[in-house]
Amino acid sequence: MGWISPFQLRKAGILNMNRRNVSYIARYNDRSFFPLVDDKLKTKLLAEEYGIKTPALRQVVRQQHEIGRFSDLAEDLDGFVIKPSKGSGGKGITVIHRRDGADYVKASGARIPLATLERHLSNILAGLHSLGGTPDVAIVEDLVRPTTDLARVSFQGVPDIRIIVFKGYPVMAMLRLSTKASDGKANLHQGAVGVGLDIGSGRALKAVQFNKPILLHPDTGIPVSEIRIEDWHIMLEMASRCYEATGLGYIGVDLVLDDIQGPLLLELNARPGLAIQMANGKGLLPRLQNIEQMKRPHFTPAERASYSMSTFGTFTN
Amino acid sequence: MSQRSQYPFYIAVLFLIGAGLLLAVLRHSELGIPWFVGEQQPVWMVEARVDFEATGEPVLASLSIPNSPPGFRVLARNAASPGYGFSIIEERGNLRAEWSIREADGPQTLFFNVQLTEDESSQGGRSAQSRQPRPETVFWEEPQATAIEEVLERAAAKSSSPESLARELIKLMRSSDPDQNISLLLSGQNYTQLLSRMLNHAGIPSRIADGLRLEDARRLQSLRPYLQIHNGERWLTFNPQTGEQGLPEDVLLWRQAAVSLLDVTGGTSSQVSFSMLQQTVPTLQLASSEAVQSGLGFLSLYELPIEEQGMFRMLLLLPLGALVVAFMRIIIGVKTSGTFMPVLIAVAFVQTTLIPGLVAFLSVVALGLVMRSYLSSLNLLLVSRISALIILVIFITTGISIIGYQMGFNAGMTVTFFPMVILAWTIERMSILWEEEGPREVMVQGSGSLFVAVLAYLLMSLPLARHLTFNFPELHLVTFGLILLMGQYTGYKLSELRRFAPVKAFD
Repeated sequence: MGWISPFQLRKAGILNMNRRNVSYIARYNDRSFFPLVDDKLKTKLLAEEYGIKTPALRQVVRQQHEIGRFSDLAEDLDGFVIKPSKGSGGKGITVIHRRDGADYVKASGARIPLATLERHLSNILAGLHSLGGTPDVAIVEDLVRPTTDLARVSFQGVPDIRIIVFKGYPVMAMLRLSTKASDGKANLHQGAVGVGLDIGSGRALKAVQFNKPILLHPDTGIPVSEIRIEDWHIMLEMASRCYEATGLGYIGVDLVLDDIQGPLLLELNARPGLAIQMANGKGLLPRLQNIEQMKRPHFTPAERASYSMSTFGTFTN
Repeated sequence: MSQRSQYPFYIAVLFLIGAGLLLAVLRHSELGIPWFVGEQQPVWMVEARVDFEATGEPVLASLSIPNSPPGFRVLARNAASPGYGFSIIEERGNLRAEWSIREADGPQTLFFNVQLTEDESSQGGRSAQSRQPRPETVFWEEPQATAIEEVLERAAAKSSSPESLARELIKLMRSSDPDQNISLLLSGQNYTQLLSRMLNHAGIPSRIADGLRLEDARRLQSLRPYLQIHNGERWLTFNPQTGEQGLPEDVLLWRQAAVSLLDVTGGTSSQVSFSMLQQTVPTLQLASSEAVQSGLGFLSLYELPIEEQGMFRMLLLLPLGALVVAFMRIIIGVKTSGTFMPVLIAVAFVQTTLIPGLVAFLSVVALGLVMRSYLSSLNLLLVSRISALIILVIFITTGISIIGYQMGFNAGMTVTFFPMVILAWTIERMSILWEEEGPREVMVQGSGSLFVAVLAYLLMSLPLARHLTFNFPELHLVTFGLILLMGQYTGYKLSELRRFAPVKAFD
């Protein structure tokens, strides 16, 4: 490990916490837009308006008495996910893979009776998982089934792709793979693997776990350099469109790749972390400054995505 | 979204810092407030606060005040009492402060304060009474009379002078297994008064004086009785509990003659309490600053009632704690649980002192975490979970205090200085952190918080820091400016130099 001098960091263009907060989040993210990204239901409805696909919304449980109708409405769903709308850090998310008689079956194979799910819904409404314990609503949406390529690499969980979008330009991307150490979660500081993705092509650059470079996924043993994301241009365009949708200048866009539906928006983050730089082996600053100094910004998401691909890409397909 | 120019901001900050320093320098040279502690003799400000309920009639309140207390020299006397006429009168060598008003209704508060310096030469015996005091005549009823004769005889047998008689008598009365006679006397009698009457009975002039322990920044203190006897030349003071002769250096005799402490006509439920404060205002300047009323005097806190001054002394330390937290989080990058929890813990440490404080804090949090783990299995809602936790924290602190006291550690009692609600929130945060991130993160944030708290405590408990913050409150403009500057710091934190160390391997 050891230490590094601040001059070396500056030379590498590494964005740090204070600078991110003062020069980017405080300057480009208007506080009044924060609720759009902190509330998943709002994000979903907004995305729909702007033509950004999200996992299909099946139900919204807003009131205690609506819980009784939950099982009727969930009758013909194959797999689904229950989320608290204002939850953070993956808290309170229950993933149901299939039905077995009257019971529901989780990814691990554990069977849950309906009563347990109903109690979970009731807890969500009461605000057990929401920030600050405020009353919340529960959303029920389709389960994302990752493409076989991605599912093969990850240990449980759905791999997601985090793209930092600055003033509408995708500037850096990373694929997050859950591991045994991260307990199926995709949080880097809990031990998930972060794979830096080339903005130009969607190909893997390098990977880190616990801030250290790795070559193979620790559980599945698959070399990360083989990873390549399909539909890359579409994904960048979707991420770019979130700028118009939210009005936030500096956001983290979390996308997933569904086997049937293609790229879907999972959620947005108004305070995206800095670890993405470690996964990419590159600093964010030069790219952010490149965009800030641009005299004539592009107007459509597609143009912005193309600009990013050609400017920040390492490989050209 | 446009980038505003930063120059006005930096100029404003520079102005703030400059103004703070300039004011401090001016006040130092104009008012002679010293930069450092202990450059001169301490000055005690003692304030008596009289509270009573006025009944709508003319009010006359009369308070006995120190004339020339032994060991001290009186520098100034002041009274603060809106609407009241005030005068100091002398009555047979005793001074009394008198307030009067034509009509008053409802609760009334009167302040009287006196400034004193310690003065070894003052014996207090300016002996206002020229004539020799004579013992008072005391009448006793049976069976006390016989008991007293018997006890006095035993004390007299072992003594040769009024002083030694008084000492022996106190020794007898305080003996660990008192005999029948003494038990009889002690039952149902005011002990000090009893002593005084017994000595008078034995032919030694004796009286009760009221003393006040002087401790910096104490509020709501009350007087303690001391026994005085006259040995033919002057009054001598004894501690009625220990029999120790002489007055401790830190005790001020507020009332010496046997007159009443407080008389109020036209009011009910009257009471007196005392606050005190030690100042380092130079003795000389003290008198002159009052006369000059320099334009810079308005900034000083000395004009406030002493009770408030004591609070400000604590309050004015808080910005230093905030500065430490800002520095540690923004520049160093220490993770703490709750932004300003460390400051509040540090304030508690100032009262408990470091080691007992640390032990008490750690044991409360550890016990709280154990109990919280049960609460979390109940799936309670946040508000009731915190409320339950607050009650548990109070139980724990009560338990620690009681157990500590039983085992003879008075330090156990200091646990009550911690802010309970903050403790409850700390436990809640730690517990959630434990569930979500594991015990390692709890250790990181917990020790980070404690580290910052200890640093803030060390800074806040420096005598120089206490002195400067209270006597030069304008220096907080500098603190303010520094904190504003830090808010604009966009450089790397020290911790990030480690976090981003793998960057070295980048091409």
